[in-house]
Amino acid sequence: MFYNINGDNMKQRIIFHSDLNNFYASVECLYNPSIRNKAVVVVGDQEKRHGIVLAKNYIAKAYNIKTGDTIGEATRKCGEELVCVKASFERYYYVSKIIKKMYLEYTDKVESFGIDEAWLDVTERVNSYEEAIKLADKIRARVIDEFGLTVSIGISFNKIFAKLGSDLKKPNATTLITEQNFKDVVWSLPSRELLYVGNKTEQKLEKLGIKTIGDIANTNEVVLRRTLGKNGVMLKNFALGLDDSEVKRFDKHDPIKSVGNSTTCPHDLKTNEEVKAVIYILAENVARRMREKNFWCSVVCVCYKNNELQFTEKMKTLDFPTNLASDIAKVAYKLFLENFDWQSTIRAVGVRACGLCEKPKQYNMFVNEQTMLKKENFEKVVENLRSRFGYNIITRGSVCLNREFKELNPEHVTHIIHPQSYLKGG
Amino acid sequence: MQKKFVKCLVEFDEIGNKIPKQITFNDRVFIVDKVFEVKNCASFKVGGIGERYKIRINGNITYIFFEEGKWFVEAK
Repeated sequence: MFYNINGDNMKQRIIFHSDLNNFYASVECLYNPSIRNKAVVVVGDQEKRHGIVLAKNYIAKAYNIKTGDTIGEATRKCGEELVCVKASFERYYYVSKIIKKMYLEYTDKVESFGIDEAWLDVTERVNSYEEAIKLADKIRARVIDEFGLTVSIGISFNKIFAKLGSDLKKPNATTLITEQNFKDVVWSLPSRELLYVGNKTEQKLEKLGIKTIGDIANTNEVVLRRTLGKNGVMLKNFALGLDDSEVKRFDKHDPIKSVGNSTTCPHDLKTNEEVKAVIYILAENVARRMREKNFWCSVVCVCYKNNELQFTEKMKTLDFPTNLASDIAKVAYKLFLENFDWQSTIRAVGVRACGLCEKPKQYNMFVNEQTMLKKENFEKVVENLRSRFGYNIITRGSVCLNREFKELNPEHVTHIIHPQSYLKGG
Repeated sequence: MQKKFVKCLVEFDEIGNKIPKQITFNDRVFIVDKVFEVKNCASFKVGGIGERYKIRINGNITYIFFEEGKWFVEAK
């Protein structure tokens, strides 16, 4: 039994993490029965150079096809019988939405984690783990019957272990991780199974001789902090089952913390001028969206992916907040120049504004407010022209370098597929 | 089997429930005698997800689906 700060009895939390198995591919197979028994991969738009495998069904998985493979690689592994289906995100949103609506019949604490995952806090609904397993099995049966899909559900006393549980048995399974069994079930797993242990963290941990989640739990906090900063302490707490973050209510949205846009370029970029052009296109859209919400930003980030798909992000705090595309682009481009050595070409670029704030009451003494206002008005005129006559009615000279860049209208890009950060509240 | 979208005449009751009354399929009109059950359901036969209405037409039990604002049947 647990006690809260007032000494009252506190009911142990029971949290589900539901993970729809091979979501995109399963939806495609559901809507198209003729491909159900074939190896199916869902791929991005080839014309826009997004032609990589986004998802695959179990038959394709048996051929060792992996997410991120190019269509050519996938075809080589499987042969001509491979079925490639272009992703239809609107359909995935629709299916995801109606499934989450069904979850809401059981609890109002349903927190999405990407399009195909969600946490459900069912503490008020069930009184024991036995009841929780029965409820999870019922939900799994309903997902099959009503939506034709399978889901893996992890049950635990915190969100981290619930998520880990849903990854342990797939497809269509329920996994229970309790306060009693978590050391047996979780601690022997490789460290990368823990949320927020990615490639780089895993490598750093390995240098310390830390290979399993149990190793993380048993490593001195000071050592972890020295190597990974505050995230090291967070990971140790995760490994010890000490995550007390709440499952948010379905209708509760976190305040906006950043505004960003990224794009995969029509061809790999080979010169600074090309990168500059793309950064300006993205920055213009970021600034426009910020102005719509009446935001200024005090931090600018630039991210890029090279042709080997290695991702890098750099950020810089500004001397004073801005909402101007020209300022954002200038800083982003400078960051890029300082950090990229052109040992490879650039495949994708992103610009993000964070440290969002209201309009500053005063700029610093070296900034002419009138000049800032003039620049803002100029950008608003450009926006107005575009809204009235189309995006390409007015274009920066640098963008005219390449005809393909003119088709890079970032207003049509959506960025809500990937899971939002679990740490967004922190 | 194939997914066949059909024209459907629908009655709304006082609380907004939809009651299919008449279906036009291959230019033939079928009167719905009775609606037995409505539930969310996947159509494994022709592909799709929606509200499945178990109905009776001319004494025969059949199903009609309401998916994203359109009605479809599992046609032979």
